[in-house]
Amino acid sequence: MTSIPLESGLIIAGILFAVGLIGVLARRNFLFILMSIEIMLNAAGLAFVVAGARWGRADGQVMFIFILAMAAVEVSVGLALILRFVHHFKTLDSDQGNTMKG
Amino acid sequence: MYGFLWLIPALPLVGFVILGLFGRRFSRFIVALVGVGLVGVSALLSILTAFQFMSSPPQQSSVTQSLWTWVNSGGFRPSVAFRLDALSLVFVVVVTFVGFVIHLYSSEFMAEGEGYSRFFATMNLFVSSMLILVLADNLFLFYLGWEGVGLCSYLLIGFWYKDAANGRAAQKAFIVTRVGDTALAVGLFLLFSHLGTLNFQDLMHQAVTRWPVGSSLAVASAALLLGGAVGKSAQLPLQTWLPDAMAGPTPVSALIHAATMVTAGVYLVARTHVLFELAPSVQLAVAAIGALTLLISGFSALVQVDIKRVLAYSTMSQVGYMFLALGIGAWSAAVFHFLTHAFFKALLFLGAGVVIIALREEHNMFKMGGLRKQLPLVFWTFVIGSASLSALPLVTAGFYSKEWILRSAWTGPKGNFWLLSAGLVGAFLTVIYTFRMVFITFFGEGSRLIERRPGTRLKVALIVLAIFSIVVGFLQTPRSLGNIPIFANFLRSALPSSDVPPRGGADEFMLEVFSSAIVLLGLYVAYILFLKKPRLRESITQTKLGQTGVQFLFSGWGFDWIYDRLLIRPLAWLARINREDFLDLPYLGIAEISRALNTGLGRTQSGRLRWYAAIVVIGAIITLTVVVFL
Repeated sequence: MTSIPLESGLIIAGILFAVGLIGVLARRNFLFILMSIEIMLNAAGLAFVVAGARWGRADGQVMFIFILAMAAVEVSVGLALILRFVHHFKTLDSDQGNTMKG
Repeated sequence: MYGFLWLIPALPLVGFVILGLFGRRFSRFIVALVGVGLVGVSALLSILTAFQFMSSPPQQSSVTQSLWTWVNSGGFRPSVAFRLDALSLVFVVVVTFVGFVIHLYSSEFMAEGEGYSRFFATMNLFVSSMLILVLADNLFLFYLGWEGVGLCSYLLIGFWYKDAANGRAAQKAFIVTRVGDTALAVGLFLLFSHLGTLNFQDLMHQAVTRWPVGSSLAVASAALLLGGAVGKSAQLPLQTWLPDAMAGPTPVSALIHAATMVTAGVYLVARTHVLFELAPSVQLAVAAIGALTLLISGFSALVQVDIKRVLAYSTMSQVGYMFLALGIGAWSAAVFHFLTHAFFKALLFLGAGVVIIALREEHNMFKMGGLRKQLPLVFWTFVIGSASLSALPLVTAGFYSKEWILRSAWTGPKGNFWLLSAGLVGAFLTVIYTFRMVFITFFGEGSRLIERRPGTRLKVALIVLAIFSIVVGFLQTPRSLGNIPIFANFLRSALPSSDVPPRGGADEFMLEVFSSAIVLLGLYVAYILFLKKPRLRESITQTKLGQTGVQFLFSGWGFDWIYDRLLIRPLAWLARINREDFLDLPYLGIAEISRALNTGLGRTQSGRLRWYAAIVVIGAIITLTVVVFL
């Protein structure tokens, strides 16, 4: 089994992160924003795993498990907030929630 | 007995506090009881003190009562202490006694109209400030009284504040006297920085030992003190406020002119006479100012229409006599003229007040006329006051005091021909304008209805003052006329004797005859011009030159016009073009920048989630760039 080179792994992680970021900035639907954030978290996790494989150590995978756990928590909190938002504004459009602008 | 000295200024102050705090809830009777009563008790105390002072003079002829140390900072340690000597005793007795009579009079005079308790509260404060002024043991406490007097004059001249003109007159009085007050304050600083004390006794002692006669420091400090005295006493060139001060109620004018305020300057110069003797040039200036003021205001009084303005100009003129006397070193003569002037000027103002309210606020003398039969008591007391003011020979108090001043101007070491002739011309003017006022107001034809007759309290005040306007003159008579030197002997402990060695009894007697002749001649001229042949007067004033002259004198020699052009307009112009003060620009700029930043940052708070996320990203990129590349 040939190991995947570090560079290509990091490039994929970077692309994934960029995709997620663009999703967060461009999308207006809360659910898509949440999914984009998941993509960014996974990009970060991929970078950890690739780096851990490069030096042959388990630290990267341990970090990924942490990230997974945190992502689960984040999603649950985020979904709860979205539920409240939808209940209040009757929409999923994030731009509609700007009534508190200074 | 001297232990109660502090009560004399404290009682009117208590009256002010009580009336100022609770006066609105009291009935008019209680207000009058508190306001008049406390000044009355104070007058009684001061008279008792005077009796004790005379029967058993204290050691060194003065009593000092130290209450507490006011300030203790470095070498500066003025105390709240009252010092009673012959000079301050004369002032205390006059201020409290005349003040009490005026208060009694006001309790009836002001009975109609609003602000009864406000009036008495301020009057009490006025008397109290003046008493602090004359009893102060040091210049610092003196200055407190000085400023208190200025404040009260402002409050009382503008008493009927609903008329804007009265407010302007009050402001004028306050601002013009402030010019003098500033000079006085600078003088205080100068004295303290060079002599290290403000206590009158120490100050005079130090000045004599440290400064030679005519030294520049003595001249400067005496000139600054004179500046203050000129402002308060309405002498040239700061005299313009006094005629306008007639806007206040008549008892206030009486109090300002007779007992308080305008005589404060005379007191200041007399109190610091040592300093003036060290500066002969300034002392000469005092005499010159007095002589000029008495002439200028004497001429102005000749053509006034408002009865109170005639009296105002006559006060300036008589205070001018006091300054003349101070300037030639006749200290006791100045104080004696103050004493007699206090009684007859208060009497004249109170009489004028009765006339004014009897004709429903009529100030114009030419609309009065013929009041002799309708108000006989007022007429007779007014005539007594006028006779005293114009120094009618032998029987009036004014004669003896004015004669003393003239005699000192003639035979005194510092007197000279010009000062004497100014005094004599002034005496001639005085009798003309005084009896012009009497003839126009009380004689001739008049059909005005009397709306309010004087009650008991007004009458009592007039009679008491009329008696004193005659008898106080006999406290001091010249050698050729009885030779009673009670007053001069009494003041000898406080002021250097101004009694000069006689130049020869015959000469003095000649002067008395001469000045009496001038007064009688003036009386005759006034009789001709204003009673017998008014046509003659009209033929003079109807000419073009006469009209211009009358207009010029009427406006008080155009001083208001000059000050308006020279000072007020340039200042107002400067204020107008610099409305947006250029010094404010830096501060306004700072405010403007922070406002711009506020709007800019406020824009970022759009409430859009994606916008915030983008800012977080940008911030993260910037931070990473900084961390990685720098």
